[in-house]
Amino acid sequence: MTIVVEGDGLIDAIVRLRDQPDLSFGFLASLTATDQLSADPRFWVVYELRSVEHAHRLRVKVGLRADDPRIPSVTSIHPTANWHERETFDLYGIVFDGHPDLERILMPGDWEGHPLRKDEELGGVDTRYHGAFIPPVDERTNP
Amino acid sequence: MTAGGIGQEMRPGRDRFGDLTPEAVEALRDHVTGEVRQETMIINMGPQHPSTHGVLRLLLELDGETVVHCKPIIGYLHTGIEKNTEYRTWVQGVAYVTRADYLSPFFNELAYCLSVERLLGVEAPPRAQVLRVLLCELNRISSHLVWLATGGLELGAVSVALYGFRERELVLDIFEAVTGLRMNHSFIRPGGVVMDLPPEGPRMIAKLLDELPARIDDYERLLNENPIWLERNVGIGMLSAEEALAWGVTGPLLRAAGVTVDLRKDEPYCGYETYEFDVPVRTEGDCYARYRIRLDEMRESLRIVEQALARLDEPGPVMIEDPKVGWPARLSVGPDGIGNDERYLRHIMEESMESLIHHFKMVTQGVRVPEGEVYTPVESPRGELGYYVVSNNDYRPYRVHIRDPSFVNLQALPTMVEGGLVADAIAAIASVDPVMGGVDR
Repeated sequence: MTIVVEGDGLIDAIVRLRDQPDLSFGFLASLTATDQLSADPRFWVVYELRSVEHAHRLRVKVGLRADDPRIPSVTSIHPTANWHERETFDLYGIVFDGHPDLERILMPGDWEGHPLRKDEELGGVDTRYHGAFIPPVDERTNP
Repeated sequence: MTAGGIGQEMRPGRDRFGDLTPEAVEALRDHVTGEVRQETMIINMGPQHPSTHGVLRLLLELDGETVVHCKPIIGYLHTGIEKNTEYRTWVQGVAYVTRADYLSPFFNELAYCLSVERLLGVEAPPRAQVLRVLLCELNRISSHLVWLATGGLELGAVSVALYGFRERELVLDIFEAVTGLRMNHSFIRPGGVVMDLPPEGPRMIAKLLDELPARIDDYERLLNENPIWLERNVGIGMLSAEEALAWGVTGPLLRAAGVTVDLRKDEPYCGYETYEFDVPVRTEGDCYARYRIRLDEMRESLRIVEQALARLDEPGPVMIEDPKVGWPARLSVGPDGIGNDERYLRHIMEESMESLIHHFKMVTQGVRVPEGEVYTPVESPRGELGYYVVSNNDYRPYRVHIRDPSFVNLQALPTMVEGGLVADAIAAIASVDPVMGGVDR
């Protein structure tokens, strides 16, 4: 099941989903995003919640505008969101306000761009990283 | 030799053990705040350190031998698996995800394929489900054996390292006979598995079922009461149930902290509800509890393998029969891995033009998966392995996100090692059992 909430109401929703006894979604299983390039909202941040007590799950989604994707961090409620949010920031450029340590996690610290965005090519592009160039997939050869 | 034998040349302000004298401590006291200035050292452990299971880097702040602060730094093995799947057909995605957590390839394949099947609204035939369970449980054993071997090596139990890898070979031999490959099998596909067991398969598995229990007994005899093993593991790397849940920790780490959580029981898939097995749980929350749990899990996996093997007496298809979904080719294991069966090749090349067209279309273009999004978790050897898969009604995935348990469990490492000794950090990392291929993806 999926519920869609506004960015402003996210913290409130996550806390209520956790504290209501018959829901008790106290476990944040996963957090990621998708990029619907030409649509509005462009980005969807996706929270996979799980209740260990009741063995049920819920998906919470928040849509974000293309020009300044920002969303409150849930690290104060679920510490596990820390690395998930860093990953989503790294790969999609979504800023999590209130995150204690929002820096890149998978890509090098001085990488430019956010590779999982749909307008980033898989290969055949100048990576803008120390002058490196990654050839297109079909032109890669083993030395 | 002088008395004590340590620090014959005393440094100013130090006693003969090298510690600061009380007078020296007073001299370091700040006159305004009254605090004693501490000297700490920051060291980098990894990314090429042999005890970090691949390319994990830890930034450790040490006060003497005590870890004050620990920051794991990851990303050295990032290969863009999630991005790559967006550029391939649904079936080709299997070959990518199987390379994420390379010690548990079948679990990656399974979670991905279950997601695709849920989007398609189909289910693999019963025999394929049994084969999936069988291979996953064998894979759980081989993965735990690598954990035992590497973890043992790091704590000086070198014989266990040799035994672990020796027994893992037995399991990998089965994988090789069944799938043609020892790792990265791409054997589970949307709609089933690529082929049935080879004729010698059941005999090989039965032989393993015969041999392995005695070997696990050996490990327990070697380690359970071993004073050095106890010294290095009991009370080390503590993680309470509350901390584990807050950090999203799952798998043996969570069960070692007293929380009975196993997706095979809580949210069964592939018919796990029809198998008889127990979920080992302990309450200590230390490295030793994790060790005992993993050994017990190997025994439980053997129980499941035995039951699955008995169900294989009934023949049946292993791939969904709907030609619009199932993989068209009949495959067999050749000298260099899986290949097209010779009779099948003759069929499409010489006998049936329609079959050739169908084969070509299914292989190059594949299946169109209806629009939707699913999150499918399975219980991997390291915990909850979840795939969030989005389709835009296309022949390729729109988004594949891997919730890898190693990635999440590693976040709890600072909680486990801060305040302890550096040497204990090694034991704690080993007990987390992170696989960097899964962490960095």
